[in-house]
Amino acid sequence: MTDSSVKITASPHVRSAESTIKIMWSVVISLIPVVAASIYFFGPSAILVLLASIAGCLLTERLFGSTPGSLADGSAMITGLLLGLTLPPGFPLWMAFLGGGFGMAFGKIIFGGLGQNVFNPALVGRAFLQAAFPVAITTWPAKTQHWWALQGDNFALPFMSPVVDATSSATPLGNLKFGDDPVVTPVIDLFLGTTGGSLGETSALLILLGGIYLAWRGHLNWHIPLSIFVSTFVISGLFFALGISQFPPLFMLFSGGMMLGAFYMATDMVTSPITNKGCWLFGFGIGFLVVIIRVWGGLPEGVMYSILLMNALVPFINRATQPRLFGTSRKKKKEAGS
Amino acid sequence: MRKTTPSQDFIRGIWNENPVLIQMLGLCPALAVTNSVKNALAMSAATFFVICCSSVLVSSCKRFIPNEVRISAYILVIATFVTLADMLLQAYAPVQHKELGAFIALIVVNCMILGRQEAFSAKNNVYRSLLDAIGTGIGFTIALVMMGGFREILGTGSFLEYSLFGANFEPWVIMVLPAGGFLTLGFILLAMGFVEQRKKTKTTLTAEQSP
Repeated sequence: MTDSSVKITASPHVRSAESTIKIMWSVVISLIPVVAASIYFFGPSAILVLLASIAGCLLTERLFGSTPGSLADGSAMITGLLLGLTLPPGFPLWMAFLGGGFGMAFGKIIFGGLGQNVFNPALVGRAFLQAAFPVAITTWPAKTQHWWALQGDNFALPFMSPVVDATSSATPLGNLKFGDDPVVTPVIDLFLGTTGGSLGETSALLILLGGIYLAWRGHLNWHIPLSIFVSTFVISGLFFALGISQFPPLFMLFSGGMMLGAFYMATDMVTSPITNKGCWLFGFGIGFLVVIIRVWGGLPEGVMYSILLMNALVPFINRATQPRLFGTSRKKKKEAGS
Repeated sequence: MRKTTPSQDFIRGIWNENPVLIQMLGLCPALAVTNSVKNALAMSAATFFVICCSSVLVSSCKRFIPNEVRISAYILVIATFVTLADMLLQAYAPVQHKELGAFIALIVVNCMILGRQEAFSAKNNVYRSLLDAIGTGIGFTIALVMMGGFREILGTGSFLEYSLFGANFEPWVIMVLPAGGFLTLGFILLAMGFVEQRKKTKTTLTAEQSP
């Protein structure tokens, strides 16, 4: 990154080929299988929704971005892609576009651009859409007969309601929680992604692969997804064993936005803690909140709100988990702190 | 003290020192009851009544109010008129009264009204105080109707319950929720700050160009 505001210190310097642009584009590359799967499962609607949300993000960044050239670093592209992947396939395009613009403007630019934001911009956009259009964002049209047929009503005119198909299917989570005939979807279906749901949340396998690739490249901190999975598994397993919740732990892990959230949203470098200890705390909080919201909340899915809530706590986690200075004892640190 | 003309007293509160948008006073009703233009208008009318009456009373009684207990005296005066407004609304517009609920009674703690008493009515004559109160009341009304209009148009697709976009409009539910109030106020302040900044840079530019 060529940024004149970066402080230049005396040598020695550690040279690295790493740059913001490289990281961002490798995230995009790791998402290619997920995007391909969403196109395979949902047809051209997937492409349209993704393009609309990406267009919303890029346009907002271009118009209001604080630093010139911030469009090229790829972060707006990723926000749009991730937001698009959390939307249902039949989502009206104007809403996807609006969500991208809102997430970008109020999740990132208003804080001062990349690196300054408190919340994950893609999730801010989705939270806005969830609050503004609660019906459209939870309408999952039934699978169309032909692959090339559009799902739902993508081309609803701006500000107009989509004309919803009479047949709408339920997601595995919604079915288990609110369905008339609750069934636990087999884990293998969830794992491969042959279920209904948002564009990018159906296939756990491909997200897992992308996530492992990113972790191997060192672009995401594997402590965060691991701690989310462990805490979700343990807490939901405990509740399931006690008979409090109807969600089996493996179902919990592979359903809904869990995989996408854990690998791509929670690990956002800007909005996650800086120490590994902090990451475990952060991940544990997300897992705990996800289980609580899914079991007792009014919504079928809670990954988005869990991550946003924990995002808000990140500064406190960072302060609480600062590593001990080398050579100081635990006692002395306490004295200095008080 | 700065000398102002009566017309300045009147105009000041409407825009240049708009109570909600510039002084940021009375934000509680501005956020709470502006989910429709009708509610905003009813709230503004009640507040307008209270601020005019209490300004007149405070400025005419200012000699008899001991300085030590002036704030509580102002609050008593305001509370009297709020109770009046509350009862009047209940008698003549029971539907609106029900809609606004506790926020009518909460006009008592609207710091905009108390602020005008303390800053203006306590030091000026009745005529000036009335002008100031009317100006401030109009400013408050403008701000509330702006917010109410924005929220009602996006939140329900109508203006004063007159449908603008037809039956197929997709309402932005968030706009009639409390979060929409904060968003709207943020948007309006953002726009005003933007205009203000542009004006400032323009004046500095012209100042630099003319030596």
